[in-house]
Amino acid sequence: MASNATRIPGDVSAAEHRRQVISHQLGRWIPLIILGVMSVVILAPIMWTISTSLRAGVDSFTVPPKWLPTDLAVENYAQVFEKVPFARQILNSTIITWGTVLGQLITAALAGYAFARLEFRGRDTLFWVVLATMMIPIQATVIPVFILIRNLGLFDTVWSLILPATPTAFGTFLLRQYYLTIPIELEESALIDGANQWQLFNRVYLPLVKPGLAVLAILSFNFHWNEFFRPLIFLQHENYPITIGIFQLQGYMMTGSISVVLAGVVVSLVPVIIIFLIGQRYLIEGIMRGAIKG
Amino acid sequence: MTSRKSTAVAGGGIFHWLMQDTMDGLRRRRAVLGYLFLLPTLLGIFIFTAGPVFVSFGLSMFQWNIFKPPDFVGLENFERLLEDRRVIIGLGNTVKFTILAVCSQVSIGLILALAVHRISRVWLRYYFRTAFFLPLLMSGASVAVFMGYIFHKEFGPLNYYLTLLGLPQIPWLTNSDLVMISIAIISAWRNLGFTFLIFLGGLSNLSQEVLDAADVDGAQGLRRLWSVVIPLLSPQILFATVTGVIGALQVFDEPYIMTRGGPGNASRTLVMVMYEHAFKDIEFGYGSAIAIVVFLMILVMSIVQMWLWRNRVFYQ
Repeated sequence: MASNATRIPGDVSAAEHRRQVISHQLGRWIPLIILGVMSVVILAPIMWTISTSLRAGVDSFTVPPKWLPTDLAVENYAQVFEKVPFARQILNSTIITWGTVLGQLITAALAGYAFARLEFRGRDTLFWVVLATMMIPIQATVIPVFILIRNLGLFDTVWSLILPATPTAFGTFLLRQYYLTIPIELEESALIDGANQWQLFNRVYLPLVKPGLAVLAILSFNFHWNEFFRPLIFLQHENYPITIGIFQLQGYMMTGSISVVLAGVVVSLVPVIIIFLIGQRYLIEGIMRGAIKG
Repeated sequence: MTSRKSTAVAGGGIFHWLMQDTMDGLRRRRAVLGYLFLLPTLLGIFIFTAGPVFVSFGLSMFQWNIFKPPDFVGLENFERLLEDRRVIIGLGNTVKFTILAVCSQVSIGLILALAVHRISRVWLRYYFRTAFFLPLLMSGASVAVFMGYIFHKEFGPLNYYLTLLGLPQIPWLTNSDLVMISIAIISAWRNLGFTFLIFLGGLSNLSQEVLDAADVDGAQGLRRLWSVVIPLLSPQILFATVTGVIGALQVFDEPYIMTRGGPGNASRTLVMVMYEHAFKDIEFGYGSAIAIVVFLMILVMSIVQMWLWRNRVFYQ
């Protein structure tokens, strides 16, 4: 009786223990398997694109797919530049993107400071108005902006993309957040040292919000380098950026070698990857702050 | 007061008034600086965003194809819209795409974030985070181009591996019933990194105390996930959903590049129909009416988001 009473609970706890070990092991391995499979699903198309961009034209689009870039057909990359004015398109993308980034950094650094640290009548109302414009999608403004740009004689120039994208409600909001984190005591001690209002902004605050400027620059670079919809509307022929260049390549090479098209895709990814390597901390921080809007 | 006198006063006076070495002077300088600093942004937003929205509403009541002067037609464009087959199909495709893409990117992103959160080895976390994040850097255009090849019926690598599993060749992009599903898969593939990061951020902010308390209460494994972790992540889930819906309603690049809206109208989206009317047929009035529909759908979602965001701030 007594031995029975002690044995049964002992058995139960052994079974319970085994169950826990199994569920612990499952809990460790199932997530790893899911992650492993998904990382292959995510990375395989990119690997295929890179390896196919280096394959000789004749067997660029054959099954079974080949995963190793054994041909090293670097001439595909040269061909991209012959089929479409790719060098010109890279230059266009560079000018448009950096122009927009620079414009956004300047205007948002000023406006964010005003909203965060200066006091004036109507400030909070204006802030809500600016914030509300973040809800407006590009489609709701593109037709009037197109008419305006045409009338200003800016159609088919880089300004048609840079100017409308320069004022940024999102950037203003983002930088305001950064200014707000800076302790106000710094400002007081600078004022006691005799700094004027401009010096206060330029020498005290601006250096301290550099991380915020980096986040804005990187998000904005990535967004505008990848833009397709607006360039399609506002630009023509030789002023097209690289995104439309790839689209043109795809059209020309429909029946030819897809390796050349994919070489174009790979080239278009290079600046974005470089930016990622330099500033992934800022990029991820920016997205975590809940933003992917240009 | 004569005009000469007032300008003289204003000239010296304003400078003096502004540069006065008192607290009042300082306050004035800061206020003027505030308006000056805001000027470029406010002016820009007025010219390129706020103003054009009102113009769009106005234009939607005109018939205007640039060759003839604009002609006021009232709500006729909106009546036409209700009977326009392409608009209705475009709306249907957009809604279908939005539901498919958002559901998959939110649910898969959540699963991946939960799994990565459990991993303690730093290099593995880094590898997975980078892998899931990478597609987000690419343009919709380049993703559309290479995915167009990968999803190709005869020569695409995807169908090759599926046929090895005994499946038939699937006409991903050439079948009207499948095309929108395929584009949603491709779009979710790219946006997964965004939802993943949002959830990972949310998870790392969860207080360990709450999770430990749940452990003490005996909530384990899946039950803990359902009854503790997911409710705590609801702000991030709602945010990822609403942001995803706003983005998906504007889908254009991928279907435009991969299928040009085909086969037939099977992948024509609302923004594509708007683009074609406004910039191919140069019908600014009718194009604006479609733009207004897109705008109103997004506005509703944005208001939901604002409302959720305010509530969330309230709780913290």
